[in-house]
Amino acid sequence: MNTVSPIMSVMKRDLVLAFRQKAELLQPLLFFVMVITLFPLGIGPGPDTLQKIGPGVIWVAAILSSLLGMDKLFRDDFNDGSLEQLQLSNISLSWGMFVKVLVHWCVSFLPLLFISPLLALFLNLTTPMYWSLVFTLVLGTPLLSLVGAIAVALTVGLQRGGVLLSLLLLPVFIPLLIFATSAVESAALGLNYLPQIAIIGAMLCFAIAITPFAISYAIRVSHH
Amino acid sequence: MNSKTHLAATSTANQAMLDTSTITQDNKVLLSAQGISCHKQDRVLFEDISLTVSSGQLIHLLGPNGAGKTSLIRILVGLSSPDSGTVTLSNSTSEPYPLIYLGHKLGLNKHLSSVENLQFWANMHGLVTTTDELYLLLARFNLVGLEDVPSGELSAGQQRRVSLARTQLLPANIWVLDEPYTSLDIQGVTFIQELIDDFVESGGAVLMTSHQPLQSRLPVTDITLEYRL
Repeated sequence: MNTVSPIMSVMKRDLVLAFRQKAELLQPLLFFVMVITLFPLGIGPGPDTLQKIGPGVIWVAAILSSLLGMDKLFRDDFNDGSLEQLQLSNISLSWGMFVKVLVHWCVSFLPLLFISPLLALFLNLTTPMYWSLVFTLVLGTPLLSLVGAIAVALTVGLQRGGVLLSLLLLPVFIPLLIFATSAVESAALGLNYLPQIAIIGAMLCFAIAITPFAISYAIRVSHH
Repeated sequence: MNSKTHLAATSTANQAMLDTSTITQDNKVLLSAQGISCHKQDRVLFEDISLTVSSGQLIHLLGPNGAGKTSLIRILVGLSSPDSGTVTLSNSTSEPYPLIYLGHKLGLNKHLSSVENLQFWANMHGLVTTTDELYLLLARFNLVGLEDVPSGELSAGQQRRVSLARTQLLPANIWVLDEPYTSLDIQGVTFIQELIDDFVESGGAVLMTSHQPLQSRLPVTDITLEYRL
């Protein structure tokens, strides 16, 4: 008898749905690229100025673009009853939520990493700055998805949860922003940026361990 | 041949007790709830309800809008927690899946076709189904030619049929159906009632709500929840 992994089927379903709604898939990415492209035009093409503000601009754009798409992470599944069915299936809800967040990261943030060399060129980043930026993005953006998913799960049952979501999440993302830009600045000065990367990595490990349970609990509360 | 029970909770002790296992003493208890209570927005919906669902039983949950039928059902299937009391699903059941719940929300993604929705749902439960099997299943539910149409483009009744087709995918002990006849045409209602009757006769149990009287050929256990102020 053929068998199928239930958790893989959740992943496959979410990937199929993400690629079927291409406009929504591209929206955060286009927003991100537009912000990075418009900044040099807005503040003038001084290479030193761009290099100084570049890491901060990229990270702020990444956080804001994540908020743009985050709201829809569970909303459709909540409204159409798919999350109820997931909760009643054999899959652990925590695992199910983790996979959903993973897919969200793959379709929302992974493309950002691929176009980041181009953006680094726009903002005149040096090679050490670029690599430190890539490290912070690789470790930091999954953190955005995981922590953001808790707030999304808490507000998914509300009519106008979008505004509340932004208010909840922006303060939470500030430490990440500080450590990430600090790492790139250290790289710009030729200093060791491993401590900042390690702190972001520790935050990510903690988030991977804790957030799936928090997300599933928040979903249960929203269903109650 | 209906056995009627009112869960009015109008006694001074505000207690309601129902033990439907007396009706089907020989049958196995599949689900039991003990002393469950629920309140919503400062209003007590029901208090201290106990009930059992046994194999071969068709339970019709009745009551006016707002009486707490959906809340009771969601507590019984495990989607909500009661304020007090416990719900126990029998472990020693014949089927690998304890229950199928189909609520007001159909659990169909509007961007996926009927076949995809059913396929992912079955896979989520660890079952593999072929597209041919699903085509045949949807044909039984009078959905020929609509198998690959996105669910969002189907009519409300057709979406309901797709959702109800899940009952035929998974071997479960209990079907919990919240208003399954909503949006269905007369033939659809008759067809679903036949499926329910066949399932109950084969040893399953069905707990359902409906504002229409059931046209079942089997004995129906009516449970009535009263609206409490």
